[in-house]
Amino acid sequence: MYSYLSMEGVDMSFQTPKGVFKALDNVNLKINQGEFISLIGHSGCGKSTVLNIVAGLLQATSGGILLENHEVNSPGPDRAVVFQNHSLLPWLTVYENVRLAVDKVFANTKNKSEHHDWTLDVLKLVHMEHALEKKPAEISGGMKQRVGIARALAMQPKILLMDEPFGALDALTRAHLQDSVMEIHANLGNTVMMITHDVDEAVLLSDKIVMMTNGPSATVGEILEVKLDRPRKRLELADNLDYNHYRAEVLRFLYEKHHKAA
Amino acid sequence: MDNLEEQPISRPDRYTFAAMEAKMARSEKDIYKGKWKDLTTTLVLPFLTFAIVIGVWIIVQQKFATDLPTPLDTWHRATELFASPFYDSGPNNKGIGWQLLYSLGRVLSGFLLAVIIGIPIGFLMGMSNTFTKAWQPLIQILKPVSPLAWLPIGLLLFKAVNPSAIFVIFITSIWPVILNTASGVKAIPEDYMNVAKVLRLNSFEITKKILIPATLPHILTGMRLSLSVAWMVIVAAEMLTGGVGIGFFVWDEWNNLNVSSIFVAIFVIGLVGISLESLMMLLHRYFDYNAR
Repeated sequence: MYSYLSMEGVDMSFQTPKGVFKALDNVNLKINQGEFISLIGHSGCGKSTVLNIVAGLLQATSGGILLENHEVNSPGPDRAVVFQNHSLLPWLTVYENVRLAVDKVFANTKNKSEHHDWTLDVLKLVHMEHALEKKPAEISGGMKQRVGIARALAMQPKILLMDEPFGALDALTRAHLQDSVMEIHANLGNTVMMITHDVDEAVLLSDKIVMMTNGPSATVGEILEVKLDRPRKRLELADNLDYNHYRAEVLRFLYEKHHKAA
Repeated sequence: MDNLEEQPISRPDRYTFAAMEAKMARSEKDIYKGKWKDLTTTLVLPFLTFAIVIGVWIIVQQKFATDLPTPLDTWHRATELFASPFYDSGPNNKGIGWQLLYSLGRVLSGFLLAVIIGIPIGFLMGMSNTFTKAWQPLIQILKPVSPLAWLPIGLLLFKAVNPSAIFVIFITSIWPVILNTASGVKAIPEDYMNVAKVLRLNSFEITKKILIPATLPHILTGMRLSLSVAWMVIVAAEMLTGGVGIGFFVWDEWNNLNVSSIFVAIFVIGLVGISLESLMMLLHRYFDYNAR
């Protein structure tokens, strides 16, 4: 059966001094175009490994990734990554960080002034047009992550991969960024795979929540479809029965079925 | 909503306006005091140290070593030397300005050569573990060797003193440049390389857009270290090679028993050293993305 992105029988083992460590065991996942899916699970369950395999930054030991029916096994701008710690280049300004991606990805398809306009467009999309000439060290953590998202969006990826994008941010900033991400997703309809350990974040943003079992040999435990109408407003959802039901489902999975002694 | 912004009616005394005003006045006075204190510590204390050293000098000169020139002698000698620093009466009789310029010229040539050759080697060492394993032992053996030990080799190879001195400076400067560049490349966060991979940058683009800017602060640290050591080494090297240069000037004045000139030279060598160091610091600050 066709799906936009599919992971088929992905195993991942790492060689360690203590022998072979099997991180992932037979991970199967299908993502449709325009879908927003979250990967949730306890820390160490291999969420990031899954994302890095999709990104091509890690190669699966066996199994593979199909994107629009083509196998992908090396990194590329069609699977742009928003890194947890933003990974902006500190010697470049906000504008230059995004422009670097634009210049590279559209080297042959757009001319210089189009590059400039597109850089400004994506920075407007994340509401960062006021800080074009600032260096990453001069803006807040939330702003850095906005620019990180802009850089990824600038590549016009087939799928946007976000690795705990808001993990390092305070609750208020995180809420603002979640709203921005929902707004962008509504406008552009991009396909998104996001890693999170935040249950509220997963339910608020996702169409599907992929819950992973604990490692070693982690795999997909359950997939929860979140059928809440969009646009979603966090305040209204707080009293929404369905929302709380979804939330409880995820919590039940994490804390009853796959409880992890911390 | 505005009600929430209102202040409670009863407040402890320290929050009253008058108390705050008093506190601000106090702190303004403190700032003023602080400035004076800074001035005292940055100017008066060093001045005191100099005064004590000169005092000790005078005592030592009078009681123990009457051959030493007095500070006043040295001062007179300095005014003489700097009256015409750039006079030129033949190859063995040039002003102290020329001596300094010749030394600086050798240092800069050897240093630039070391930078040009050392940075690429450092990059290779930073990027390839095989290369590091191959080169590390050799570098570790050669690094602690006094660069002056290379002077005879230089003389043998180049059959002339000037290139030999430059060769010694080159050997002095190259190790810190190689090692700092290599550690700079190794310190590049993996995330930057992941960004490069996602963007599919080619190796030329990776070098230009990521490797060089990310390692530049480390390279500049290496360059700064080399340059200050090179300036120390040139004095010793020139004492051995002769010719025109501040090192030979010191040796020559010793042979003429002009000890006061040596004191002047020591002071001037120090000042040039500070200037080189500050120049490199400025450069470092300009290119260090963390410091801006």
